[in-house]
Amino acid sequence: MSKAVTALGGAVNADGIAAIAEVPLQGMITLRGDLAASAVKAAAQSAAGVAVPGPGQANCTGDSGLCWMSPDELLVLCPYGDVSDHVQRMQDSLGDVHALAVDVSDARASFTVTGPHARDVMAKLAPVDFHPDAFQSGMFRRTRMAQVPVAFWMRDSDSFQIICFRSQARYVFDLLSVAAQNGSAVSIF
Amino acid sequence: MLILTCPCCGVTGEETEFHAGGEAHLTRFGPGSTDDDFESYLFMRENPKGVHFERWRHVYGCGKWFHAARCTTTLEVFGTYPAQTLAPPQELCDAISAKRPGWSWRALS
Repeated sequence: MSKAVTALGGAVNADGIAAIAEVPLQGMITLRGDLAASAVKAAAQSAAGVAVPGPGQANCTGDSGLCWMSPDELLVLCPYGDVSDHVQRMQDSLGDVHALAVDVSDARASFTVTGPHARDVMAKLAPVDFHPDAFQSGMFRRTRMAQVPVAFWMRDSDSFQIICFRSQARYVFDLLSVAAQNGSAVSIF
Repeated sequence: MLILTCPCCGVTGEETEFHAGGEAHLTRFGPGSTDDDFESYLFMRENPKGVHFERWRHVYGCGKWFHAARCTTTLEVFGTYPAQTLAPPQELCDAISAKRPGWSWRALS
Protein backbone atom coordinates (compact mmCIF):
# COMPACT_ATOMS: atom_id res chain seq x y z
CA MET A 1 0.00 0.00 0.00
CA SER A 2 1.25 3.48 -0.83
CA LYS A 3 2.28 5.84 1.93
CA ALA A 4 -0.36 8.46 2.69
CA VAL A 5 0.81 12.06 2.75
CA THR A 6 -0.89 15.37 3.41
CA ALA A 7 -1.53 17.79 0.56
CA LEU A 8 1.41 20.10 1.37
CA GLY A 9 3.64 17.72 3.30
CA GLY A 10 3.14 19.49 6.62
CA ALA A 11 3.70 23.07 5.43
CA VAL A 12 4.33 25.61 8.19
CA ASN A 13 4.51 29.40 8.17
CA ALA A 14 5.40 30.73 11.59
CA ASP A 15 6.90 34.05 10.46
CA GLY A 16 3.76 36.19 10.50
CA ILE A 17 1.34 37.62 13.02
CA ALA A 18 -0.27 34.19 13.38
CA ALA A 19 1.26 30.76 12.88
CA ILE A 20 -0.15 28.76 9.95
CA ALA A 21 0.43 25.02 10.01
CA GLU A 22 -0.90 22.13 8.03
CA VAL A 23 -2.50 19.51 10.24
CA PRO A 24 -0.96 16.02 10.01
CA LEU A 25 -3.06 13.26 8.43
CA GLN A 26 -6.51 13.51 9.98
CA GLY A 27 -9.24 10.91 9.66
CA MET A 28 -12.52 12.45 8.48
CA ILE A 29 -15.82 10.69 7.93
CA THR A 30 -18.86 12.37 6.48
CA LEU A 31 -22.03 11.10 8.13
CA ARG A 32 -25.30 12.12 6.53
CA GLY A 33 -28.69 11.22 7.87
CA ASP A 34 -31.39 12.35 10.27
CA LEU A 35 -29.33 13.71 13.17
CA ALA A 36 -32.28 13.25 15.51
CA ALA A 37 -32.30 9.49 14.87
CA SER A 38 -30.75 7.58 17.74
CA ALA A 39 -28.94 5.14 15.42
CA VAL A 40 -27.20 8.03 13.64
CA LYS A 41 -26.25 9.68 16.92
CA ALA A 42 -24.95 6.42 18.30
CA ALA A 43 -22.85 5.76 15.19
CA ALA A 44 -21.30 9.23 15.39
CA GLN A 45 -20.61 9.00 19.10
CA SER A 46 -19.08 5.56 18.90
CA ALA A 47 -16.53 6.71 16.31
CA ALA A 48 -15.65 10.07 17.85
CA GLY A 49 -16.13 9.33 21.54
CA VAL A 50 -17.85 12.68 22.17
CA ALA A 51 -21.44 13.90 22.34
CA VAL A 52 -23.18 15.14 19.16
CA PRO A 53 -22.75 18.93 19.01
CA GLY A 54 -25.64 21.32 18.55
CA PRO A 55 -26.16 23.44 15.42
CA GLY A 56 -23.11 25.55 14.58
CA GLN A 57 -20.92 23.79 17.12
CA ALA A 58 -17.90 21.51 17.07
CA ASN A 59 -17.05 19.09 19.83
CA CYS A 60 -13.41 18.13 19.40
CA THR A 61 -10.67 16.79 21.62
CA GLY A 62 -7.26 16.19 20.07
CA ASP A 63 -7.72 14.49 16.70
CA SER A 64 -11.17 13.12 17.51
CA GLY A 65 -14.44 14.94 17.50
CA LEU A 66 -17.73 15.79 15.83
CA CYS A 67 -18.55 18.87 13.78
CA TRP A 68 -22.07 19.98 12.88
CA MET A 69 -21.97 20.59 9.12
CA SER A 70 -25.68 21.07 8.35
CA PRO A 71 -29.02 19.84 9.71
CA ASP A 72 -28.42 16.46 8.07
CA GLU A 73 -24.65 16.15 8.11
CA LEU A 74 -21.91 15.57 10.69
CA LEU A 75 -18.18 15.48 10.16
CA VAL A 76 -16.61 12.76 12.29
CA LEU A 77 -12.94 13.32 13.13
CA CYS A 78 -10.81 10.40 14.27
CA PRO A 79 -7.18 9.23 14.06
CA TYR A 80 -6.22 8.62 10.43
CA GLY A 81 -5.37 4.95 10.93
CA ASP A 82 -8.76 4.14 12.49
CA VAL A 83 -10.93 5.47 9.67
CA SER A 84 -11.69 2.26 7.81
CA ASP A 85 -12.51 0.42 11.05
CA HIS A 86 -14.83 3.22 12.15
CA VAL A 87 -16.58 3.45 8.78
CA GLN A 88 -17.17 -0.30 8.76
CA ARG A 89 -18.47 -0.25 12.33
CA MET A 90 -20.71 2.75 11.62
CA GLN A 91 -22.17 1.09 8.54
CA ASP A 92 -22.79 -2.11 10.50
CA SER A 93 -24.49 -0.29 13.35
CA LEU A 94 -26.57 1.88 11.00
CA GLY A 95 -27.91 -1.19 9.22
CA ASP A 96 -31.10 -0.29 7.37
CA VAL A 97 -31.26 3.28 8.70
CA HIS A 98 -31.31 5.79 5.83
CA ALA A 99 -27.84 7.25 6.35
CA LEU A 100 -24.45 7.49 4.70
CA ALA A 101 -20.95 7.19 6.19
CA VAL A 102 -18.05 7.87 3.84
CA ASP A 103 -14.30 8.20 4.36
CA VAL A 104 -13.29 11.65 3.08
CA SER A 105 -9.91 11.90 4.85
CA ASP A 106 -7.88 12.06 1.64
CA ALA A 107 -10.25 14.50 -0.06
CA ARG A 108 -9.54 17.26 2.43
CA ALA A 109 -6.72 19.36 3.78
CA SER A 110 -6.66 20.97 7.20
CA PHE A 111 -4.78 23.92 8.67
CA THR A 112 -4.46 25.61 12.02
CA VAL A 113 -4.16 29.35 12.54
CA THR A 114 -2.75 30.09 15.97
CA GLY A 115 -1.76 33.20 17.83
CA PRO A 116 -3.20 36.33 19.40
CA HIS A 117 -3.94 37.74 15.92
CA ALA A 118 -5.65 34.58 14.62
CA ARG A 119 -9.02 36.38 14.56
CA ASP A 120 -7.52 39.17 12.45
CA VAL A 121 -6.20 36.71 9.91
CA MET A 122 -9.51 34.84 9.66
CA ALA A 123 -11.58 38.01 9.49
CA LYS A 124 -9.62 39.21 6.45
CA LEU A 125 -10.65 36.14 4.49
CA ALA A 126 -14.11 34.96 5.52
CA PRO A 127 -17.40 36.94 5.55
CA VAL A 128 -18.14 36.01 9.15
CA ASP A 129 -18.48 38.11 12.29
CA PHE A 130 -15.35 37.22 14.27
CA HIS A 131 -15.98 39.53 17.20
CA PRO A 132 -15.13 37.64 20.41
CA ASP A 133 -18.76 38.03 21.50
CA ALA A 134 -20.05 36.58 18.23
CA PHE A 135 -17.61 33.79 17.42
CA GLN A 136 -16.35 31.83 20.36
CA SER A 137 -14.43 28.76 21.25
CA GLY A 138 -16.21 25.61 20.08
CA MET A 139 -18.23 27.35 17.37
CA PHE A 140 -18.16 25.86 13.88
CA ARG A 141 -18.93 27.54 10.57
CA ARG A 142 -19.04 26.57 6.93
CA THR A 143 -18.46 29.50 4.63
CA ARG A 144 -16.09 30.70 1.97
CA MET A 145 -12.52 31.90 2.33
CA ALA A 146 -11.71 34.28 -0.52
CA GLN A 147 -12.86 32.16 -3.48
CA VAL A 148 -13.13 28.65 -2.06
CA PRO A 149 -15.46 26.88 0.37
CA VAL A 150 -14.05 26.05 3.79
CA ALA A 151 -15.23 25.01 7.21
CA PHE A 152 -13.56 26.04 10.43
CA TRP A 153 -14.01 26.00 14.15
CA MET A 154 -12.36 27.65 17.12
CA ARG A 155 -10.29 25.22 19.13
CA ASP A 156 -9.61 27.73 21.90
CA SER A 157 -9.55 31.48 22.34
CA ASP A 158 -6.67 32.09 19.90
CA SER A 159 -6.65 29.16 17.54
CA PHE A 160 -8.75 28.09 14.57
CA GLN A 161 -8.74 24.88 12.60
CA ILE A 162 -9.73 25.07 8.95
CA ILE A 163 -10.81 22.29 6.61
CA CYS A 164 -10.80 22.76 2.85
CA PHE A 165 -10.75 20.59 -0.26
CA ARG A 166 -7.40 18.96 -0.83
CA SER A 167 -7.06 20.34 -4.35
CA GLN A 168 -7.33 23.84 -2.90
CA ALA A 169 -4.82 23.31 -0.09
CA ARG A 170 -2.05 25.38 -1.66
CA TYR A 171 -4.45 28.23 -2.39
CA VAL A 172 -5.75 28.29 1.18
CA PHE A 173 -2.26 28.02 2.68
CA ASP A 174 -1.02 30.91 0.53
CA LEU A 175 -4.08 32.98 1.38
CA LEU A 176 -3.52 32.47 5.08
CA SER A 177 0.19 33.21 4.75
CA VAL A 178 -0.48 36.52 2.98
CA ALA A 179 -3.18 37.45 5.49
CA ALA A 180 -0.71 36.73 8.31
CA GLN A 181 2.16 38.80 6.93
CA ASN A 182 4.12 40.77 9.48
CA GLY A 183 2.88 44.30 9.98
CA SER A 184 -0.60 43.48 8.68
CA ALA A 185 -2.34 43.21 12.04
CA VAL A 186 -5.63 45.11 12.02
CA SER A 187 -6.14 44.70 15.78
CA ILE A 188 -9.83 45.49 15.49
CA PHE A 189 -10.89 42.85 18.00
CA MET B 1 -25.25 43.89 0.51
CA LEU B 2 -27.98 41.47 1.50
CA ILE B 3 -27.82 39.78 4.88
CA LEU B 4 -29.70 36.48 4.57
CA THR B 5 -30.57 33.88 7.19
CA CYS B 6 -30.77 30.34 5.88
CA PRO B 7 -34.01 28.83 7.24
CA CYS B 8 -32.51 25.36 6.88
CA CYS B 9 -29.33 25.65 8.97
CA GLY B 10 -30.06 28.95 10.73
CA VAL B 11 -26.78 30.58 9.67
CA THR B 12 -26.88 34.30 8.94
CA GLY B 13 -24.43 35.36 6.27
CA GLU B 14 -23.93 37.99 3.64
CA GLU B 15 -24.91 37.45 0.03
CA THR B 16 -21.59 36.13 -1.29
CA GLU B 17 -22.03 33.03 0.86
CA PHE B 18 -25.28 32.36 -1.03
CA HIS B 19 -26.26 32.17 -4.67
CA ALA B 20 -29.37 33.69 -6.19
CA GLY B 21 -31.66 31.27 -8.01
CA GLY B 22 -34.11 33.55 -9.77
CA GLU B 23 -37.75 34.29 -9.18
CA ALA B 24 -39.70 32.34 -6.58
CA HIS B 25 -42.96 30.43 -6.90
CA LEU B 26 -42.94 29.82 -10.66
CA THR B 27 -45.52 27.38 -11.91
CA ARG B 28 -43.94 25.02 -14.38
CA PHE B 29 -45.67 24.41 -17.69
CA GLY B 30 -44.21 21.55 -19.66
CA PRO B 31 -45.20 19.36 -22.61
CA GLY B 32 -48.92 19.50 -23.32
CA SER B 33 -49.41 23.04 -22.05
CA THR B 34 -50.53 25.87 -24.26
CA ASP B 35 -47.94 27.96 -26.05
CA ASP B 36 -48.94 31.02 -24.04
CA ASP B 37 -48.50 29.23 -20.70
CA PHE B 38 -45.20 27.77 -21.77
CA GLU B 39 -43.91 31.10 -23.01
CA SER B 40 -44.85 32.88 -19.81
CA TYR B 41 -43.30 30.14 -17.70
CA LEU B 42 -40.12 30.23 -19.70
CA PHE B 43 -39.61 33.94 -20.32
CA MET B 44 -41.90 36.23 -18.37
CA ARG B 45 -40.36 37.40 -15.09
CA GLU B 46 -41.24 40.06 -12.59
CA ASN B 47 -38.90 43.04 -12.46
CA PRO B 48 -40.37 44.99 -9.56
CA LYS B 49 -39.19 48.17 -7.92
CA GLY B 50 -39.79 47.19 -4.32
CA VAL B 51 -40.98 43.90 -2.86
CA HIS B 52 -39.62 40.84 -4.61
CA PHE B 53 -39.61 37.10 -3.88
CA GLU B 54 -36.62 35.02 -4.91
CA ARG B 55 -35.03 31.60 -4.58
CA TRP B 56 -31.58 31.43 -3.00
CA ARG B 57 -29.18 28.63 -2.30
CA HIS B 58 -26.82 28.46 0.68
CA VAL B 59 -24.04 27.41 -1.62
CA TYR B 60 -21.03 27.81 0.73
CA GLY B 61 -22.92 26.44 3.72
CA CYS B 62 -25.50 23.70 4.07
CA GLY B 63 -26.16 23.68 0.31
CA LYS B 64 -29.94 23.89 0.63
CA TRP B 65 -32.38 25.99 -1.38
CA PHE B 66 -34.76 28.42 0.29
CA HIS B 67 -36.94 31.44 -0.45
CA ALA B 68 -36.29 35.06 0.42
CA ALA B 69 -38.46 38.18 0.34
CA ARG B 70 -36.59 41.43 -0.14
CA CYS B 71 -36.84 44.97 -1.39
CA THR B 72 -35.04 45.65 -4.67
CA THR B 73 -34.57 49.34 -3.94
CA THR B 74 -33.31 49.31 -0.35
CA LEU B 75 -31.96 45.73 -0.29
CA GLU B 76 -33.88 45.18 2.94
CA VAL B 77 -34.52 41.48 3.51
CA PHE B 78 -38.02 41.02 4.90
CA GLY B 79 -37.54 37.37 5.68
CA THR B 80 -36.58 33.93 4.45
CA TYR B 81 -38.66 30.75 4.44
CA PRO B 82 -38.21 27.12 3.42
CA ALA B 83 -38.24 26.00 -0.20
CA GLN B 84 -40.93 23.35 0.34
CA THR B 85 -43.87 25.67 -0.17
CA LEU B 86 -45.89 27.25 -2.98
CA ALA B 87 -46.47 30.62 -1.33
CA PRO B 88 -44.85 32.79 1.34
CA PRO B 89 -46.12 32.39 4.91
CA GLN B 90 -48.89 34.78 5.95
CA GLU B 91 -46.79 36.26 8.80
CA LEU B 92 -44.17 37.31 6.29
CA CYS B 93 -46.80 38.94 4.03
CA ASP B 94 -48.20 40.76 7.06
CA ALA B 95 -44.71 41.95 8.04
CA ILE B 96 -44.14 43.25 4.51
CA SER B 97 -47.54 45.00 4.57
CA ALA B 98 -46.50 46.79 7.75
CA LYS B 99 -43.36 48.09 6.09
CA ARG B 100 -44.56 48.59 2.50
CA PRO B 101 -48.31 49.32 2.62
CA GLY B 102 -50.02 48.57 -0.68
CA TRP B 103 -47.30 46.29 -2.04
CA SER B 104 -48.13 43.70 -4.65
CA TRP B 105 -46.18 40.99 -6.44
CA ARG B 106 -47.87 38.79 -9.03
CA ALA B 107 -51.05 37.55 -7.31
CA LEU B 108 -49.78 38.43 -3.83
CA SER B 109 -50.47 41.68 -2.02
